[in-house]
Amino acid sequence: MTDVSLRAVPLVPNPVQIEDLTLLEEVASRTAGVSRLEMCIQCGTCGGSCPSAAIMDHTPRMLFAMLRAGMREEALKSNTYWMCVSCYHCVVRCPQNVHIADVMYTLKSMAIQAKLYQDSTAPDFSKTFVEMVEEFGRSFEIGLASIHYLKHFPLRLANMTPMGMGMLSKKRMSLLPKRIKNMDQLNAILKRAKELEAVQ
Amino acid sequence: MTEKNDVNTTLTGGQEKIGVYICHCGTNIAGVVDVAQVAAWAADKLKHRGVVIARDYKFMCSSLGQELIEKDIKELGLNRVIVAACSPHLHEKTFRTACSNAGLNPYLCEMVSIREQVSWVHTDKVAATAKAKAMISGGVERVRHQVPLEAMTVPIHPDTMIVGGGIAGIQSALEIADAGHHVYMIEREPSIGGHMAQFDKTFPTLDCAACILTPKMVSVGTHPHITLLTFSEVEKVEGYVGSFTVTVRKKARKIKEDLCTGCGICQEKCPKKVIDDVYEAGLGYRKAVYTPFPQAVPNFPVMDVENCTYYEKGTCKACEKFCPTEAIDFNQQDEILTFQVGNIVLATGYDLFDARRVTNYGYARLPNVFTSLEIERLSNAAGPTNGEIVLRDGKTQPKAVGIIHCVGSRDRNFNNYCSVICCMQSLKFAHLMHERTGATVYNFYIDMRTPYKDYDEFYQRVLEEGTLFVRGKVAEVTDVPRIPAEKGKLIIQVEDTLIGKQRRIPVDMVILSSGLEPRKDSYETAKKFGISCSANGWFTEKHPKLDPVATMTEGIYIAGCAQGPKDIPTSVAQGAAAAARVLGKIEQKEVALEPVRASVIEERCSGCRICNGLCPFNAISFHEDRMVTEINPALCQGCGTCVAACPAGAITGTGFTNDQIMAQIEGLLLLNIGQEPVAA
Amino acid sequence: MNDYLLYPGCSMETSARAYYDSLKAISKPIGLNLNEIEDWNCCGATEYLGISLTPAYALIARNLALAANASNGKQDLVAPCSACYLNLAKADHYMREQPKLGKMVNEALAAGGLSYKPGSLEVRHLLDVIVYDIGLETIEKNVVRPLTGLRVAPYLGCMVPRPDYENRWSDHEYPIELDVLLKALGADVIDYPLKTECCGGHMTQIGPETAFELIRRLIATADEHEADTMVTVCPMCQLNLDAYQGETNHFFGTNYHMPILFFTQLMGLAFGIEPKDLGFGLELVSARNVLDSLGVKAPPETPPAPPKRPRKQEGLPRPKPLSKGPKVDELEKEVAQ
Repeated sequence: MTDVSLRAVPLVPNPVQIEDLTLLEEVASRTAGVSRLEMCIQCGTCGGSCPSAAIMDHTPRMLFAMLRAGMREEALKSNTYWMCVSCYHCVVRCPQNVHIADVMYTLKSMAIQAKLYQDSTAPDFSKTFVEMVEEFGRSFEIGLASIHYLKHFPLRLANMTPMGMGMLSKKRMSLLPKRIKNMDQLNAILKRAKELEAVQ
Repeated sequence: MTEKNDVNTTLTGGQEKIGVYICHCGTNIAGVVDVAQVAAWAADKLKHRGVVIARDYKFMCSSLGQELIEKDIKELGLNRVIVAACSPHLHEKTFRTACSNAGLNPYLCEMVSIREQVSWVHTDKVAATAKAKAMISGGVERVRHQVPLEAMTVPIHPDTMIVGGGIAGIQSALEIADAGHHVYMIEREPSIGGHMAQFDKTFPTLDCAACILTPKMVSVGTHPHITLLTFSEVEKVEGYVGSFTVTVRKKARKIKEDLCTGCGICQEKCPKKVIDDVYEAGLGYRKAVYTPFPQAVPNFPVMDVENCTYYEKGTCKACEKFCPTEAIDFNQQDEILTFQVGNIVLATGYDLFDARRVTNYGYARLPNVFTSLEIERLSNAAGPTNGEIVLRDGKTQPKAVGIIHCVGSRDRNFNNYCSVICCMQSLKFAHLMHERTGATVYNFYIDMRTPYKDYDEFYQRVLEEGTLFVRGKVAEVTDVPRIPAEKGKLIIQVEDTLIGKQRRIPVDMVILSSGLEPRKDSYETAKKFGISCSANGWFTEKHPKLDPVATMTEGIYIAGCAQGPKDIPTSVAQGAAAAARVLGKIEQKEVALEPVRASVIEERCSGCRICNGLCPFNAISFHEDRMVTEINPALCQGCGTCVAACPAGAITGTGFTNDQIMAQIEGLLLLNIGQEPVAA
Repeated sequence: MNDYLLYPGCSMETSARAYYDSLKAISKPIGLNLNEIEDWNCCGATEYLGISLTPAYALIARNLALAANASNGKQDLVAPCSACYLNLAKADHYMREQPKLGKMVNEALAAGGLSYKPGSLEVRHLLDVIVYDIGLETIEKNVVRPLTGLRVAPYLGCMVPRPDYENRWSDHEYPIELDVLLKALGADVIDYPLKTECCGGHMTQIGPETAFELIRRLIATADEHEADTMVTVCPMCQLNLDAYQGETNHFFGTNYHMPILFFTQLMGLAFGIEPKDLGFGLELVSARNVLDSLGVKAPPETPPAPPKRPRKQEGLPRPKPLSKGPKVDELEKEVAQ
C-alpha cells in the first residue's frame, strides 16, 4: 500500500516573494528633484564611499538593486537608509548622477508610513525632532535628548552626565524651549503641506 | 516627347509633367504618415500644377522602386521628378542616377525628406500627414523652376596629405606610397610614432610595441614617395577635393637637417635637464636639445627654445661647440611651405584623460598613484628606470598593486563614453606586474570589456595567473590608515559588489587606467579642415555604421582614435581603409562636383562687398575697376552664405534661385492650391 | 559695506554660541553687514526630510520666502551652519529642477500667506562669503596678531563642499577655501587629508559606536599631523568633535585633547579681539593651549624666515597639481605672496 501521507505532501517550491515592479518608479517619483534612480549601473561607488557601510544591512547599491527587483518589504525593512549620514560622498561620485542621498530620505518616509522598520531608534529620533519643531518652530535639544535617551539609550545617560552638565553650565543648551512668534503661520503651512502630500 | 532631349529644358508655363513618388520606407514613413492618402491628394490637388502621376511604394530606393521612376519617365514623358522619402544625404544620388538612366537630367529630380523631417520627428499622425502634403507641395513648386545642370568635373591631384604620424597615419601613408603615389606626412611632434611609441607591450599578443612599430616608422622615413615633415603643423587649408592648397609651418628645430648625422653628441653635452612631459609622460628627463626617443624618425634632434639656456641668458651654446658637422643654427626660422594635394587624411590621435581631475583617486597628491602612460614608460626597457617597475622613490618594488578601470570614462562627471581599450590595458598591466614584480595584483572593474579576437582568451590567461578581480568602482584612494596594518600603504576603498561589502585593500602602487579623450584642439582642427566634430570632440564620420572613415567634406578622411577611441588593430584597419578611398579617388583621376553654384547678377551688384569676407572657400573676388563682385565657379561649393547675405539679392544660386525658394514657400503654405491651372 | 541676510539656525544661540559671538565680533572689522531674518524657523536639519517630502520643503521654504521678501533681490542669504545651508540651497535647487515640487510647496506657503519664487535668492555659506566676497586682502589688512606657529587642521565637514549645486567650491573632496583663509591669518595650515570626511552627524544619537569611530578617526589624524587645534565651519561638527570627545576617548581608551574651534574664532584672535568676546571658554575641550601658544609667539617685527631652497627631489618626478579654474587660482596666488 502506497504511503498516502508522502504523496499528500505538496511539493512546495521555495517561497517566492511577490515582486512589486512599480516600486522603483514609486520611489523615484516621491524623491525631490530628478532622482535618476533608473540609471544606476550597479558600479558600487556609493557603497565604497559610504562611511556607515559597515553597519548597513545592505550597501546603498544593493538597496537599489532590491528596489529594481521590486522587493518592497525587504528593502523597507533594511536599516540601510536609517544609517545614512547625508555626507553626499555618493552623490558627487556617482558616475550616473543618481541623487542617492535624497532617495534615502524617501525610503525613510516610506518605511515610517508602512511601519516597516526593524530598529526604531532612528525613526523615533526623527519623529521626536519633528514633534519639537511642529510645537515650537525651533529645535529643542534638551527635550529631544531626554525623550530619546530615556527610550533608547538609558545606560548612556550616566556616561553623558559630564557632557550634559558641561553644556548646561556653559549655557550651550537651554532648559526652556524657544518659540517663534508666528507659530500659527507655520502650522497653517505645514497642515496644507501634509494635505498635499497625502493626495500624492 | 519622343526626343529625350526635349524634356531637359527650362519650363514653367504648361509643359511640366511632374511625377511624385512617395516612399513608405517600410513602416519608417508609412507608420506615421498616411502615404496612400498623400499620393491620392497629390495626384488630385496638384494636378493643375503639373503633377501627372503620384505613386506610393514600399521601398523607392530598391531596384523595383527605381524602375517605377524610369518607366514613368519613358512612358509618360515626365520632365520633373519628386521623390518624397528619406534625406537627400542618403539617396539623392540613387534617384538622380535612376533619372539619368532614363534620359532625364539628374538635376531635374528633387527629394523631399518626409522621413527625417516628418515621420521621425512627429508622433501626431494627422498633423504629420498634413505636413508631408505641404512639403510635397513645396517640392513640386520648387522643381518647376529647376533647370537642367551639368556636373562639373575637377581633376584629382595625385598627392595626398596625411596629418598625424601615429600608427593609423603611418599605415595610411605606407599604403598610398606603396601604390606609387606621393604622400606628405605632417606630424606635430619631433618624431612620428604617436602614442604607440610610448607603450611597452601591446595586447593581446604582448608584442613589444616598438618592435612592431619601428620597422613601419623606418619605412616611412626612407620611402621615396613620402615627404616627412615633422615638428610641423598645418596652418591653413584652402580649396576642395582634388585640389587642396595647404600651408604648413615647419617649425624651426634649430638644427640644419642636411648637415645633422643624428650622432647625439649635442644631447649628451647639453647641461640643461628638463622634465619630459610628452614622451616620458612626466616621469623622466630630457635635455633642452633632444630627440624624443632613440628610435625616433627622423633622427634629428630638436631644440626646446623655452628651456634652452642660450635663449634665456645668451650663454652656453655647448651643443654648437661640440657638433662635429656644425649643424646647430640658433637663428633658424620657421619655414612656411605651400603645396597642392588631392586628398587629406586626418589621423591626429587622442589625448589621455587628466587623472588629476578625479580628486578622490589622489593622483598628483599621493606619490604612488600612476596613470597608464606612466606605467607604460616605467615598464619600457628604454624608459626612465630601464624597465624596473618601482615606486615614485625610484627604488622600491611594489608588493601589492591595485589597477583601477574606468578612470574618467563611463562617468557623467567626466566623460560619458567607454574608452574601449582600458579593460584590455588593465589586464595587460596585471600580467606585467605579475611577471616583473611578482606582486599581488588587484583589478577593480565595473564590467569586463574584452570583445575582439583573442581578447577574452587574454582575460582567461590573466585569471590563471592569479590576479584578484574585484567588481566595484573604486570610491577613493587614501593614505590615512585606520588600523596599524594600513600604515604606510595606499588604501583602496571600494564596495566589492559581488560580496556586497565595503573593503579597504592596502596596496603599494595604484595604477589608474585613464580614459581616452579627443585632442584638446580638435575643435580648431575640425574648423581648419572644414569638417565637423561631435560635442565630445571626436571627428564626425559620414555614417557611423557604414562609412566610418569618410567625412561630410569630400576629400577629407579620418582614421584612428581621432574618430573615436579604439585599439591598434582597428586603427590600422581604418588607416588602410582611408588609404583605399584615397587611392580610389586618385585612380578615377577626376571627380564630379555638385553643380550647385552661386553667381552674381552683375547689374544688381552695388559693390558693397559684404559677401567678400564671408566665403569659407575663398571663391569671391572683387573687381575694383567695375566695382562688382565675382564668384569663381570652380571654388564655389554652393553653401549659400553669400546668397543670404547680399542685401540687394544680387547673388543667386543654381538649384537655389530666389524664384525657386519663393515658389517653395508658396507651395509649403499651400497657396498654390486653388490657383488657376497651369495650362498652356 | 557688504549687506547680507542672515539665517542663523537653531544651534547658533545655544550649542554653537561661540560661533555666533565670534561672528558678531568679526563682522564689523571686515565690513560684513548681517541682517537676521525676522522670525525664522528651524530648517528641519536631516530629520524632517525623512518624515515626508512636501512638509519638509515647505518648512525650509518658509525661511526662503521670508528672506526673499526682506531681500527684494538685493541681498544674498547667508547661513553659517552647514546643514541649514544645505537645506536652504537644496530646497531652492529642487524647486527649480522639479516644477511640481515648486508648485506644491508654494501652495503650502500660500496657506500661510507667503510665496517663494525658486531662484530668487542666492543661498551662500558664511565661509564662501568671507573668502570670495569680502576677500583675503581685507582679511589680511585686519590681522594684527598673526597666528604664526599655530598648527591648524582645517576641517570643513561634508555638507559644505557637497553636493554644491551652484559650483561655488573649488573641489568636492579637497577644497582649499578654508586653507587659504587660515593661511591669510598667518597660521601654519596642515594638509589635512580628512578635511571633508563626515563627523557622524546625528549618528551620535542613532548609532553611537559608528559615530565615535568617525570622530576618533578625525581627531587621531589631526593629532598625527601634530595639529594644535582643529577648525570647523559647522556647529554639528564642532559639537560632535568637541562635546563627544570625552565619550569617544572613554570608548576607545584614548586620551586625545584636541580643541575644536570655529574659524571665526581664529579670525577674531588674529584681529586682536579679546578671547572672551569670541566665545572662548565655551568649548568642552579647553582651547587654552591655543591662547597660550599665541601669547608667546614672536612679535610681528621679526623678519620672516628666508625661503628654503627647494630640496633636490629624490626618485621619479611627480605630476604638478591641477589648476581648478581662474577663481581658485586667484585665491591661491593671493595667499602665496
